[in-house]
Amino acid sequence: MTIMVNSTAIRPEREWNIGWTDVGPFVALIVLMLIGFLINPDFLSATNLGNVITRSAFIAIIAVGATFVISCGGLDLSVGSMAAFITGITILFMNRMAPDWGMMAIPAGMMVAIVVGLFCGLMNGLIVTIGRIEPFIATLGTMGIFRALITYMSDGGSIPIDRSLRDAYRPVYFGTFAGIPLPIIISVAVAAVASFILYKMKYGRKCAAVGANEDVARYSGISIIKTRTIAYTIQGACVAIAAICYVPRLGAATPTTGVLWELQVITAVVIGGTALRGGKGHVWGTVAGAVILELIANLMVLSDFVSEYLVAGVQGVIIIIAMLIQRFSK
Amino acid sequence: MSSVLSIEREGERVVAQKADPLRHSLLRAEGVSKQYGPVTVLSDVTLDILPGEIHAIIGENGAGKSTFMRLLSGYIEPTAGTLALNGEHVRFAKPEQAQDAGIALVHQEILLAEALTVAENLFLGRELMRNGVVDDRTMRRLATEKLAELGCLVSPNALVRNIALADRQLVQIARALLDDYRIVIFDEPTAVLTGEEVERLLAIILQLKEQGAAVLYISHRLDEVQRLADKVTVLRDGKKIGTYPGRTLSQMDMARLMVGRDLAALYPEKRTKAAGEAMLTVRDLSVPGFAKNISFQAHKSEILGFAGMIGAGRTELFEGIMGLRPATGTVELEGKPINIRSPRAVLDAGIGYLTEDRKGKGLLLHERLAPNLTLSALTRFHPGIFLRRSREQDALRTAVEQYDIRLKSFGVKAGQLSGGNQQKLLLAKVLLTTPSVVVIDEPTRGIDIANKAQIYAFIQSLVAEGKACIVISSEMQELIGICDRILVMREGRLRGEVSGDAMTEHNVALLAISDAAADGNVGGRK
Repeated sequence: MTIMVNSTAIRPEREWNIGWTDVGPFVALIVLMLIGFLINPDFLSATNLGNVITRSAFIAIIAVGATFVISCGGLDLSVGSMAAFITGITILFMNRMAPDWGMMAIPAGMMVAIVVGLFCGLMNGLIVTIGRIEPFIATLGTMGIFRALITYMSDGGSIPIDRSLRDAYRPVYFGTFAGIPLPIIISVAVAAVASFILYKMKYGRKCAAVGANEDVARYSGISIIKTRTIAYTIQGACVAIAAICYVPRLGAATPTTGVLWELQVITAVVIGGTALRGGKGHVWGTVAGAVILELIANLMVLSDFVSEYLVAGVQGVIIIIAMLIQRFSK
Repeated sequence: MSSVLSIEREGERVVAQKADPLRHSLLRAEGVSKQYGPVTVLSDVTLDILPGEIHAIIGENGAGKSTFMRLLSGYIEPTAGTLALNGEHVRFAKPEQAQDAGIALVHQEILLAEALTVAENLFLGRELMRNGVVDDRTMRRLATEKLAELGCLVSPNALVRNIALADRQLVQIARALLDDYRIVIFDEPTAVLTGEEVERLLAIILQLKEQGAAVLYISHRLDEVQRLADKVTVLRDGKKIGTYPGRTLSQMDMARLMVGRDLAALYPEKRTKAAGEAMLTVRDLSVPGFAKNISFQAHKSEILGFAGMIGAGRTELFEGIMGLRPATGTVELEGKPINIRSPRAVLDAGIGYLTEDRKGKGLLLHERLAPNLTLSALTRFHPGIFLRRSREQDALRTAVEQYDIRLKSFGVKAGQLSGGNQQKLLLAKVLLTTPSVVVIDEPTRGIDIANKAQIYAFIQSLVAEGKACIVISSEMQELIGICDRILVMREGRLRGEVSGDAMTEHNVALLAISDAAADGNVGGRK
């Protein structure tokens, strides 16, 4: 090339370029903990915090998957009923196999859960990408389908796990490792893998590019269909992992399992800093978002200001406020 | 005429003009400045706009032209200085106030609601009412009249989505002229128009002037400025360099005043070397609705131009070749057939395409530069499944140097770069896929003159490396200036080829519009 210029005065890119969206959720988390402590000093006790974070694990794990879907410009409303459906199938499979396989029915059931989750996610993805149906409508449809299936399988009642398996399976939710409840370890592991995929692998780049501007991605030779379908499939796997953790908590699947989880999941992603219209995903922000939601619910129980029956209402208010903040901070 | 005073500038005599106190200025900007934080984008500009006069404002990108327009039309307020209308001090806090004062702005971008009809768009936000309901019939009648005045014959019932770009522009102008106006500001009105459409618009502007309106005209196209302007004001780096009587300045004078130094010739000298063997062979390519049975070859070390009106199907043809639109036909690169169903396969085979829409389709504006740079070469750049960030930073540093991308920090986002620098980044991005054929759609749209010359030099150096380069452009001069051979498309078909001495604007224009001109139906309509 003929034209050159001295590029001495250009500042190098900082490795860490931290903005409000990155730290916001964690600041909110800390503020919330302080408020909790002021209301009720027991709030910050290890037992209470451990319980709260453990309870937030399901939402956190599913929301990590939702971070992929939302980052690439999609949306999945079916996660709650998908979780119920997978829980139901997993328990039915384990119960059927328990007499022959004994304890081996548990890991086999987990495998079934993952396979069913991947398949459900793949279906959602293909309907959205190949079928070219708005994600909102497509997953609204599958949400109804999964919910109907669990209601049908349980005959409107509940599907309890076989007594012989109950004690062996219990530790997956109630157990600890090095003093830390297993669900917390699992959700941290899921988030770690997710952030690795999103920030260190090529797929993460593609995901963010597709979400930020579909046309630019297409013109850059990135397959929109493949990228989005993979995101929905990852979401399915995350729902399956959450379902596996959920089984021992109640020991049964019912038609009300996972009701309104989609609200909590999307709220967690949005308050975690990922824009609902797509773009860069914030995995750890999402995890913080899930914990924030559970902390608020816990605060409502511990304090007597607001009835705990209003928890979903408060979460609805939070997502609207979070969206307003995203709108006006742009 | 008013009194003139001459100044000596770089050996060339340029005439500057003093304001004439006898003729009343309609709108006067006195010492206006605009600052954003520590950045001064406009500094102490004084300008008089007289009725019945076309006043052109020229300057490089970032010279402050748009800021000045926005000040005059009430979109922003000056941080210092005053505006006076008919000698009376005025302040525009909102665009509506400027509108009420008779200042109409025709925006550079087309801001129309695509899902509404032409008439609905014309009256959007100021619908005529009758007995408490919207009076569609009157609005349609007025719309037809107003558009006819502008020589636009689209039906007022047509959806804006379905009319040609040129007609949309006219609808937008009609919208600005619907109210009483004394001053009309055109911001790059011809950026999306070609040939005949430009002529029609220039005639409209002259007509406005005859009717006694003051016209403020901003354009990159210096030939238009030279033909139209009674006065030319040059801005550079936010400062007014001077106001000159239009016809005394040559285009070269204008360019020199804008840049502030002598420009080498805009177009690089043509190489005499003959083009090599065929690189890209396209046979019977059709893109349904846009291009039909197109066959051509591009050779090694050749710059091949594609001329035509907007809507002739040039962009769509190449989007078809790139796998971005459904298309039929065969494409071969150095004898090997390419699967044009998959954009990835075409990129990997070695055809690179720079879109004309760099903000909408070329770059992720909210993303930093390095991810943008490597986006189409992810696999080549990051073998395996992991990202190699240090490699990416090295590539960015190399690209910034090689393509002379001007930036303050490597951490800026693509949207923060100027148009010219964005185009250079896009060029670097496409070239990172190491294509052997590079297709550049509108290489210099919205780019200032200094960057233009650089882009041409880059194109030249690409073919010097043995690549084939295809340039799609609506600026005929540009094609004639850099291409070895020009193919002309009209209404989705190839209409002819010009090369050598036959490459004149006249010949290209003839091929681009001939039938259409005979029908009185100008290209761009489907």
